[in-house]
Amino acid sequence: MSIARLEKARAGQVGVRTPLIDGVDKVTGRAKYTADFKPADALVGRILRSPLPHAHIVSIDTSEAEALPGVVAVCTGDDCKVPFGVLPIAQNEFPLAREKVRYRGDPVAAVAAVDAETAARALKLIRVVYDPLPAYFSASKAMKPGAEPIHIDKPNNILREVHAEFGDTEAGFAAADLVREKTYRFAEVCHAQMEPNATLAEYDVERGHLTLHTTTQVPYYVLLKVAQCLEMEEAHVRVIKPFLGGGFGQRTEALHFEIIAALLARKARGKVRLLQTREETFIAHRGRPDTKITVKLGMTKDGKLTACHLQATQEGGAYAGYGIITIIYTGALLHGIYDIPAIKHDAWRVYTNLPPCGAQRGHGTVDARAAFEALMNEMADELGLDHIAVRQRNLLPSIPYITAYAQRVLSYGLPECLEKVLKASGWAERRGRMPKGRGLGVACSHFVSGTSTPKHWTGEPHAVVNLRVDFDGGITVLTGAADIGQGSNTMAAQMVAEVMGVDWKRLRVVSADSALTPKDNGSYSSRVTFMVGNAAIDAAKQLKRILTEAAARKFEASVADIECEGEIFRVVGSDREMHFRDVVRAALVDTGPITVKGAFTCPPEFMGSKQIRGSAIGATMGFCYAAQVVECSVDEVTGKVTAEKVWVAVDVGRALNPLAVEGQIQGGVWMGMGQAVSEQTVFNEGRMMAGNLLDYRVPTMVESPDIEVHIVESIDPNGPFGAKEASEGMLSGFLPALMDAVHEATGVRAYSLPLSPETTMELIDKRDGVPT
Amino acid sequence: MTTTTATPAQAGAAGAPGAKKRPRTILGLTLNGREREDLITDGLLLLDYLREVVGLTGTKQGCDGGECGACTVLVDDQPRLSCSTLAVQVQGRRVETVEGLTEGGTMSPLQQAFHESLGAQCGFCTPGMITTAEALLRHNPNPSVDEIKAAMGGNLCRCTGYVKIIESVQVAAAARNAQGGKGS
Repeated sequence: MSIARLEKARAGQVGVRTPLIDGVDKVTGRAKYTADFKPADALVGRILRSPLPHAHIVSIDTSEAEALPGVVAVCTGDDCKVPFGVLPIAQNEFPLAREKVRYRGDPVAAVAAVDAETAARALKLIRVVYDPLPAYFSASKAMKPGAEPIHIDKPNNILREVHAEFGDTEAGFAAADLVREKTYRFAEVCHAQMEPNATLAEYDVERGHLTLHTTTQVPYYVLLKVAQCLEMEEAHVRVIKPFLGGGFGQRTEALHFEIIAALLARKARGKVRLLQTREETFIAHRGRPDTKITVKLGMTKDGKLTACHLQATQEGGAYAGYGIITIIYTGALLHGIYDIPAIKHDAWRVYTNLPPCGAQRGHGTVDARAAFEALMNEMADELGLDHIAVRQRNLLPSIPYITAYAQRVLSYGLPECLEKVLKASGWAERRGRMPKGRGLGVACSHFVSGTSTPKHWTGEPHAVVNLRVDFDGGITVLTGAADIGQGSNTMAAQMVAEVMGVDWKRLRVVSADSALTPKDNGSYSSRVTFMVGNAAIDAAKQLKRILTEAAARKFEASVADIECEGEIFRVVGSDREMHFRDVVRAALVDTGPITVKGAFTCPPEFMGSKQIRGSAIGATMGFCYAAQVVECSVDEVTGKVTAEKVWVAVDVGRALNPLAVEGQIQGGVWMGMGQAVSEQTVFNEGRMMAGNLLDYRVPTMVESPDIEVHIVESIDPNGPFGAKEASEGMLSGFLPALMDAVHEATGVRAYSLPLSPETTMELIDKRDGVPT
Repeated sequence: MTTTTATPAQAGAAGAPGAKKRPRTILGLTLNGREREDLITDGLLLLDYLREVVGLTGTKQGCDGGECGACTVLVDDQPRLSCSTLAVQVQGRRVETVEGLTEGGTMSPLQQAFHESLGAQCGFCTPGMITTAEALLRHNPNPSVDEIKAAMGGNLCRCTGYVKIIESVQVAAAARNAQGGKGS
């Protein structure tokens, strides 16, 4: 394991390994997360949740709870009649259920009390009478004709059906030498970010203002939805995202607990601290749905793909959330990685009586990519082709490339990624010659660098950054971007430091506070580096121009004659120079403190095609590409599959901060490993059976492999200094690469994940003809 | 009726009017090098004592009890899950949290290594990782990768895939040894 040396003096510059700008706060315990804020007069909030998966609410009697000394407010569905949802076209969730509950854990009432014991006692005094309805925990049962509709507007419980064809798939399959169709099953998984959900809501009765500190990746969306549900002026709501303990997609939409905290605080006329347990954090869910993928590929004898037909069915849980986007993503990213003449996509997003699914790292693309790559490997075996060679055979022919789905590929480092992992893993020498119980497997994957269309169409730029400079010579970067641990604060500061050439320590970042920072759509779809990074560059260029003009005025020289070296401004070819501090003072004369605004908007040609329904999803300015080789061992006695080593190469456009890029890539690959070997939500008649971090098996350090990262820099023409996303594109590739490695190790092929010891033993027993 | 468990006890709260008085104890301990005494209820968890009574919020709660390791603190140099320890159990003992590892404002070798080698991404598991690793290095100044994994297997992280956490511990071990076992 190599331990890279820090280049401390150059920290902050593009391409230099730079520790996080807020890292010292994290390692010393100074960093404040939402649950760390505790005003002395804050009440304790608690939520009462439905014990039934599907039922009419006949009545709720809160009178005894309200009469309990120490209870300050009790809320039910009567306190909020406005539904919410992240997509403006599919808002069907109430913060507290009205008329119906649709999953075990659906919030039905909430209390604010002087302490936790009183709040707990109050919950027990709330009488709810339910009239149970038939409940569905699988897509097939929910879709059956005559099934009870979970939502009245969707009588067959299908939230969205997608049918699309690009090119002539029938002709493509006819032209193939080998056509195969297989079905794969992927268990539902959840983000399990380390920080449980929490909100501190403070209501100022006299001014009618509400302030939220909350665990979110999207403070702007939370503000919109809180104002909407509480029917308040948006100007009267302030949302602050303090330090955040991860997200991975769970927190990319306003969640019920945030709105409930706000309702309680207003009704209690004060402050409410609503801390969610780990189990409640699992129940809030929004994970990757249980997904069935049937994929059919056509291939010529030499491995060229001729056609692809992919069918996906997702069990989406009880509310819409991001569901429409998630299901479209199962088809949108069939494009853009290989050259495939014809692609057909049929998919169904189905409501079930389970906690609602949502966006999880690799949103919607992971299971589809995994199934596709797994079948590609299986067919390559049948044709006697090398698994890396078959991928090289299908690379995009030339760049720029426009996909059938209207995506523009302007940078494409996948060929180099394949070369790198081939060499690093010793693929050519080792594959096919591994000792018994060991295997090597390979796969490729990709993901968008931000979705080019915002969820809420306002006509505004897609990202805005303000820079403020004042008499002290400090530069404050103001961004609405939510640093969720991925390091967006550091990235934004790096962009400014690089453009302006100033000392790293001159910069400070204020982020994600709606009262101080410009609106940002949030940290999802790997949009922040690309969009906020470009906005930060734009802002820094403007500020630099203002300062250069000020220096020119002071020197009575022309702007063109001013050159900068670090923090020294100089008249070219002379010894007349000024330090940055003095240039700032000169710039402030007559104007006072300076604020500039940088902006970035994805041009319309990157927003998909109006002729292709749904093509706004998966439309992006650049794809991150990854190839990885996984080495595994399989214990044929216990069925335990262990990832021993991963070699991953990722085209990130440009590694703005190689240290952070490596960290993101390792985390992404590793999260794919969790899904592949052990993670799975489990429900019994709708009851969550793995709502804790022991039963929901997040891999520990003991079973986690070394992940060797190779960075490929394709320098995207539109990315900030050429950068693209670096944290999602590599996740999905792990799953099929492991399946491939397990096949080499044991001869069995997996069609269902996770490859838990039970699943693996079943496959091995079947191989050996062991009667079951 | 509900499937949820109780939120953490709000320690030190006045309580609802008329609520039963619970048994109380004066807790005396050495916390991050300073002696202190507090009147606490006997059922108070060490985690809630540190976070809610004292206000040292560096120690984190990541789960409903004993699942994740984020709340690890040092009690007489041994790693302990403060979420599964009663405050009265540390009567007369020496307790250290992540805040206490900083000396005169300077980061400890582990804190510095976790910062510079990116052992911390979101930072939420970090206090528990650092205290667990601190206990390991005090006991074993030159741990192998397997020894690091064995000692820290109870600490979950969701961001890093652990690769840079292991590197951070190795960097810190080397730095401590170069300084002559500082902090041990």
